[in-house]
Amino acid sequence: MADDRKTGLESAMRRKLLMGMATIPAIALMPKFALGAGPPTAEVNTTGLAVTDDEVTVGILHSITGTMAISETGSVQAEKLAIDQINKAGGVLGRQIKFIQEDGASDWPTFAEKAKKLLVQDKCASVMGCWTSASRKAVLPVFEQYNGMLYYPTFYEGLEESKNVIYTGQEATQQIIAGLDWVVKEKGAETFYLLGSDYIWPRTSNKIARKHIENFLKLKVVGEEYFPLGHTQFNSAINKLKLRKPDVIYAIIVGGSNVAFYKQLKAAGIDLSKQVLLTISVTEDEILGIGGENIAGAFACMKYFQSLENPNNEAFVKAFKEMWGEDIVIGDVTQAAYLGPFLWKLAVEKAGSFDVDKIAEASPGIAFEGAPEGYVRIHENHHLWSKTRVGRAKTDGQYEVIYETSELVEPDPFPEGYQ
Amino acid sequence: MFDGYTLGELGSIFAMQGFAGLILFSIFVLMALGLAIIFGQMGVINMAHGEFMILGAYVTYFTSQFFQASLPSLFGGYFFLAMVLAFIAAGLLGMLVEWGLIRHLYKRPLDTLLATWGLSLILQQFYRSVFGAREVGVELPQWMLGSLPLTDLIEVQINGLFVMGLTLVITCVIAILLYRSSWGRQVRAVVQNRVMAGAVGINTDKIDRYTFGLGCGIAGVAGSAFTMIGSTGPTAGQLYIVDTFLVVVFGGATSLLGTIASAFTISQAQSTMEFFMSGSMAKVLTLLFVVGILMLRPQGLFTLKVRR
Repeated sequence: MADDRKTGLESAMRRKLLMGMATIPAIALMPKFALGAGPPTAEVNTTGLAVTDDEVTVGILHSITGTMAISETGSVQAEKLAIDQINKAGGVLGRQIKFIQEDGASDWPTFAEKAKKLLVQDKCASVMGCWTSASRKAVLPVFEQYNGMLYYPTFYEGLEESKNVIYTGQEATQQIIAGLDWVVKEKGAETFYLLGSDYIWPRTSNKIARKHIENFLKLKVVGEEYFPLGHTQFNSAINKLKLRKPDVIYAIIVGGSNVAFYKQLKAAGIDLSKQVLLTISVTEDEILGIGGENIAGAFACMKYFQSLENPNNEAFVKAFKEMWGEDIVIGDVTQAAYLGPFLWKLAVEKAGSFDVDKIAEASPGIAFEGAPEGYVRIHENHHLWSKTRVGRAKTDGQYEVIYETSELVEPDPFPEGYQ
Repeated sequence: MFDGYTLGELGSIFAMQGFAGLILFSIFVLMALGLAIIFGQMGVINMAHGEFMILGAYVTYFTSQFFQASLPSLFGGYFFLAMVLAFIAAGLLGMLVEWGLIRHLYKRPLDTLLATWGLSLILQQFYRSVFGAREVGVELPQWMLGSLPLTDLIEVQINGLFVMGLTLVITCVIAILLYRSSWGRQVRAVVQNRVMAGAVGINTDKIDRYTFGLGCGIAGVAGSAFTMIGSTGPTAGQLYIVDTFLVVVFGGATSLLGTIASAFTISQAQSTMEFFMSGSMAKVLTLLFVVGILMLRPQGLFTLKVRR
């Protein structure tokens, strides 16, 4: 019987082979590109992008020098990993992805200039890039003028939507509201003290937080305060916290200030295992600088933690460490940056084209099952549906995930009642 | 704003505020001492001061790593060794910079501003390329963490006490060096009249090199101490540079006493205002206050009386 089956299979294969051979003359007549697996270049690229028969060029635009290099290094690494993985799996429409990397140098006009170079001179089919809102605001007109496609990885303040941008991080309401609801329900919190660095993201986020606390939860904000970027002295602020004794310290402090704040909080004897502190600005990346022992016990609310337990994430963390070293940590934004190339690939495949207009149109509704954070889907407003999670910092610099929303949270960049 | 607090609570808060101000004062003095020596005694505007501090911080980081890996039993005391190493490393780099860069610019003091600014950019990128762009966390020995609870509300930060003690020691050493040693006399002679000092047989080149090295070395120690309260990364030095210049210029560049008085004024003003308003507003008002005083007294609080 076994032999019978084998001969059956063999003959079937032979038939297929013969049929295939019959088409060879036809292939020989077709232009060269048909030898690749993908459709002809003229069909998938009608706008003159850098797409050849076997290659497509994308851009990576982050700061690898200057103050922001601290944060953006992880995003670059994630994007390179994603591109590498896509290439190994056969590329996009049969084409290998080639990337051109430019350095925004933590300087917003430089970002705009480099974005223009990537779009006009290099004709990149899409660009993965930017980190701060300031850099995104600087490149946005460039992407809209030259009709490029930007995949932007950072959680940000919302209040923006563009045909030319896919926002792979969370906008403010996704990140804030679920966390506040959780802390009220689980910790019985009634009073909040809002802290932040003094620029648009913390201010907008705290505005949303305050509206949610006062108007929706009917609870009390007992203080709200901002510090210049790079502020290193928090003793007076900490004294105020001691005096006000809020149930929850809600902290959106960024950059080097973060390190000073948590070190001084610990030195002042505020014990984060008793005092609830909820932050939306400290990922595993920042803990490297702060030191796990200084922040252990704090709660963070975002969509991804390195310690998430699911097969996608385990494979992602393993691949990331293989590529970039054992000691590396992966924060929320790094994971969001990893999604960019995959979401672009899916959009290209759905549209059957590299044309930016077609990708922009095809993007809403695209679902990515393989995301380390779990299933995500692109909304009509070009943001992602995603779950929000609360993690608790441990001394080893990792978070323990203690809560996640049961459903995907809808992105709402222009939230009604919060402005 | 004090409704609903008992007198005892308010008393404690004022005590803690006072202490916070004192810590800030020590930090400002420590930051500014190295710059005051270089700027005040040599007239060199060292924009790379913050980068020398961060070199000290990195030295501390690597010392802690070394102790953790090889000598865990002595980890509790590593910080003292780290500060000495930070002084040596930053001081040596300072002497090298003086030899390679600064000494060619003594006749063009304003150009030192540009040259050292360039140097700060080079050092930042150097740190980034060699030590990595990410910040590093310096682990402290257990005894330096936390606070001593005096009453329920008043708690004294141990690292604050440490910084205060360190500042006191370094200030005393510098004062003795400058005003009681023959080296100090030579330094002051060079400051007052370089040509005459050379004529009476002082080796001005050597004095300059050691002065610059000393200033940078102190910056290294400051950087080492600041790993307790701040971040350690390639660009972290930039966080301190503005405050440092503020203190030195406000105090009157040539006077050590001026530096201390100015650090005291600025720190108390900032610390008190930060308590009553937001951190950003406090900073704005502090800057306005300093600008106002400098308009009335452009030479700073204290100056040497020198015949020009």
